[in-house]
Amino acid sequence: MSSWPILSITTFLPLLGVLFIATLNGDDAVVKRNARWAALWTTLVTFAVSLILAWRFDPASPEFQFVERAAWLGGTTFYHMGVDGISLPFVILTTALMPICIIASWEAIESRVKEYMIAFLVLETLMVGTFSALDLVLFYLFFEGGLIPMFLIIGVWGGPRRVYASFKFFLYTLLGSVLMLLAIMAMFWQAGTTDIPTLMKFNFPHGMQTWLWLAFFASFAVKMPMWPVHTWLPDAHVEAPTAGSVILAAILLKMGGYGFLRFSVPMFPFASHDLAPLIFALSVVAVVYTSLVALVQEDMKKLIAYSSVAHMGFVTMGIFALTTQGVAGGIFQMISHGIVSAALFLCVGVVYDRMHTREISAYGGLVNTMPLYALVFMVFTMANVGLPGTSGFVGEFMALIGTFRANIPVATLATLGVILSACYALWLYRKVIFGVLEKPALMGLRDIGAREILILAPLVALTILFGIYPKPVLDMSAASVAQLLENYQSAIAPKAAMLGVVK
Amino acid sequence: MNLTLLPVLPEIILSLGAMGLLIYGAFAGERTGGVVDTIAFVLLLLAAAIIYALPSGKLIAFNGSFIVDDFARVVKILTLIGSAATIALARDYLVNEKQEKFEFSILILLSTTGMLMLISAADLIALYLGLELMSLALYVVAASNRDSERSTEAGLKYFVLGALSSGMLLYGASLIYGFTGTVSFSGIAAAAGQGGIGLTFGLVFLFAGFCFKVSAVPFHMWTPDVYEGAPTPVTAFFSSAPKIAAIAIFVRAPITAFPAIGPQWQQIVVFVAIASTLLGAFAAIGQQNIKRLMAYSSIGNMGFALIGLAAGTPEGVQGVIVYMAIYLAMTLGTFAVILAMRRRGQLVEQISDLAGLSRSSPGMAFFLAVMMFSLAGIPPLAGFFAKYFVFLAAIKAGLYALAVIGVLASVVGAYYYLRIVKVMYFDEPLEPFAPMPGLLKLVLGISGVFMLFFFVYPSPLISAAAAAAKSLF
Repeated sequence: MSSWPILSITTFLPLLGVLFIATLNGDDAVVKRNARWAALWTTLVTFAVSLILAWRFDPASPEFQFVERAAWLGGTTFYHMGVDGISLPFVILTTALMPICIIASWEAIESRVKEYMIAFLVLETLMVGTFSALDLVLFYLFFEGGLIPMFLIIGVWGGPRRVYASFKFFLYTLLGSVLMLLAIMAMFWQAGTTDIPTLMKFNFPHGMQTWLWLAFFASFAVKMPMWPVHTWLPDAHVEAPTAGSVILAAILLKMGGYGFLRFSVPMFPFASHDLAPLIFALSVVAVVYTSLVALVQEDMKKLIAYSSVAHMGFVTMGIFALTTQGVAGGIFQMISHGIVSAALFLCVGVVYDRMHTREISAYGGLVNTMPLYALVFMVFTMANVGLPGTSGFVGEFMALIGTFRANIPVATLATLGVILSACYALWLYRKVIFGVLEKPALMGLRDIGAREILILAPLVALTILFGIYPKPVLDMSAASVAQLLENYQSAIAPKAAMLGVVK
Repeated sequence: MNLTLLPVLPEIILSLGAMGLLIYGAFAGERTGGVVDTIAFVLLLLAAAIIYALPSGKLIAFNGSFIVDDFARVVKILTLIGSAATIALARDYLVNEKQEKFEFSILILLSTTGMLMLISAADLIALYLGLELMSLALYVVAASNRDSERSTEAGLKYFVLGALSSGMLLYGASLIYGFTGTVSFSGIAAAAGQGGIGLTFGLVFLFAGFCFKVSAVPFHMWTPDVYEGAPTPVTAFFSSAPKIAAIAIFVRAPITAFPAIGPQWQQIVVFVAIASTLLGAFAAIGQQNIKRLMAYSSIGNMGFALIGLAAGTPEGVQGVIVYMAIYLAMTLGTFAVILAMRRRGQLVEQISDLAGLSRSSPGMAFFLAVMMFSLAGIPPLAGFFAKYFVFLAAIKAGLYALAVIGVLASVVGAYYYLRIVKVMYFDEPLEPFAPMPGLLKLVLGISGVFMLFFFVYPSPLISAAAAAAKSLF
């Protein structure tokens, strides 16, 4: 271990870029150009630093690594950072997607570029911080702080109904989170600390666990989002600018799943055990119902947004199956969905930049003018469907296997959702790409250019790579997942044994 | 018998200074506002420095009716900062609105003297003296723009209702005296024993007076009208220093004089806190005038601060102090912006006047947005920590229902703070405001930086508040 606090550097490096961009002054065009380049370099350097994390990470150890600890709020609340196999993939996913978001906004964002880049860089700090905080108060700080930049990104650079969408996004998420905050406080008085590793070993009384679990659930279910509190997501996605949608789908939604894995399961094992049926029910409804809703959408982004809700249903189901395959599948599905949904939103952004509409009916026959685009879009559509050979398959398959071992009816119903996902995804693809090119506006469309290839190519590569060779991600998290489940089993074993005696 | 006047030195300096300035102003005439303001500002800071330098521990004067403990020190310094900032905020307003009267700063000095006495009061008579000295000066400044109907109305309304509340407070005090035979807080605590209906009755009247001063529901009705009608710097003053002083006595009196009947007064505070947070959150939604909005916001904020008192524990008092310190900075910063909303020589007060501010003056919009997010309690801004500590205390005391209602009210409240951000950032710009005067920029800058970077190094305020809270128990 080196003496450099690499994790803090990864977290706060984007703020350095913010400082630099904030001082830019002078001619408008120059400021815009410099802001873009500065943001790009900042995110690239941050990504490079985060790769050092991945390089030095010891996947065999389930412990937290790169741990940093400093006095902060007084008493027992410390500035405590660290990553393990569950959080590190998300940190890297975040830092990897940020440069792509910046490039995707290169030409799409013309007004207030400086502020836009600042908002994104601040958001990056808060997202990385959320995944690497090892203190509940610190976690909450990052988790909730992310609302501010995202609110502004949707509200300032969004579509026509941006005000409604941004308020809905903000208030919905805030409402869930404040209940979690109260639960954090209750845990503090019960356990005397807000230190996450300590709390993971702490045994909360059974009755209290249920309440705490529900409070955390209120926050993560909204963030995830789970049916029926998902309604903010389609609005937010449709109105957000392309890069905003990418971040929302790829990272912010994952905070919910991460929260379940980091807090709900290890800290409240009994409640997780008791309330798993609730999660199963909501997940199955999400998978089936939102897939059906996705089928009738007329807006491309809305369709993808509903499909995100459905895919997140697999994640929650896998996590609360509490089997090795289920949890590992849930994590993998989140990473995969992070890549695929990001790419799909970028694909929508490509045609939106040219046509300024997202109505599915406005398109058709794009394969004739944009063959390369059709190819890329197809890869991601297939990944979204979960076709073997793409990363989407691995995650869904593992989550389903894991669930089969825990609850067969649930898994069966969820498998139905896979078929439905094929229906809406292929339907979207057919409507947009195939058919006869008859709309005059579409005749002169350029195929994707160098900049767009630059951002989509890595995602294509990753989608296929992880589809064929998912080992890197699975290995990274394996030890932590094993420990998570071991702790869970040993926590609920006494109760299970007792029930056995009663039977 | 302890005859030293050292603990009272700041109050003596302020009152002598006020009298000296009054004589100076009377002889030097109308055009002396600048000099008087500057000296008053320096006196306030000097008083704060003296309080900081006073020997540590519990200092007593006037046979125990005046007490300087850690609690008084911290709260007094906050109050003095609030008053000094008000003078800085008022400067450009008074010049521009041709209301440059030297009496303004003198009244603020006198009112502040009253606040300091109130904070240090350790018996009912000292309490009443401090409260009245503070309030009488406030009645006058509320009506200081005497040619304006609204300002006169505000002053009169405040005076009539204030007199009523003082009457109730006195009635409560006399009942308490009647049932315990003493006016000193420690004497009451000793004589109260297990309490009794008469004592509780007196306490309720006492609380009614306090609630009026901190504008907590159900004694909040004067707030929106007075805030809207009074000249804006006066509104800024009302929502900062006097609130802190009133909350201080609201905390000190029940905790030092009525620990025996804690459960009784806690119920009242719980009710007041819930009602204030809810009313503050819901009634502000429909407001168009930003001063009126701030009035409801301050009602809501007082409700949050009282959640800490409802807990009735050292953690709760610590929460109240942290809350008031951060609230002070948020309020002053927000009013710095409101005072800079000037178009074609006229002050404007509608929220819609802020439209597109992020483009016409990005710095001002940024800092106001910081204030709003902070008022909404969004981390990592300071406002989050303010709420964090009061709710932490409430949870420890087992007041779960209060905590849940409180956080839900804060979500509702977030809506109207966000609305201001929305107007500034999402709407199309209007004609720009006149350039912001330097003093306002200074106040806004300091409070904005405090909001933004409080989380980096929060421990000084938090440990000071913890020490202060401990000194009450």
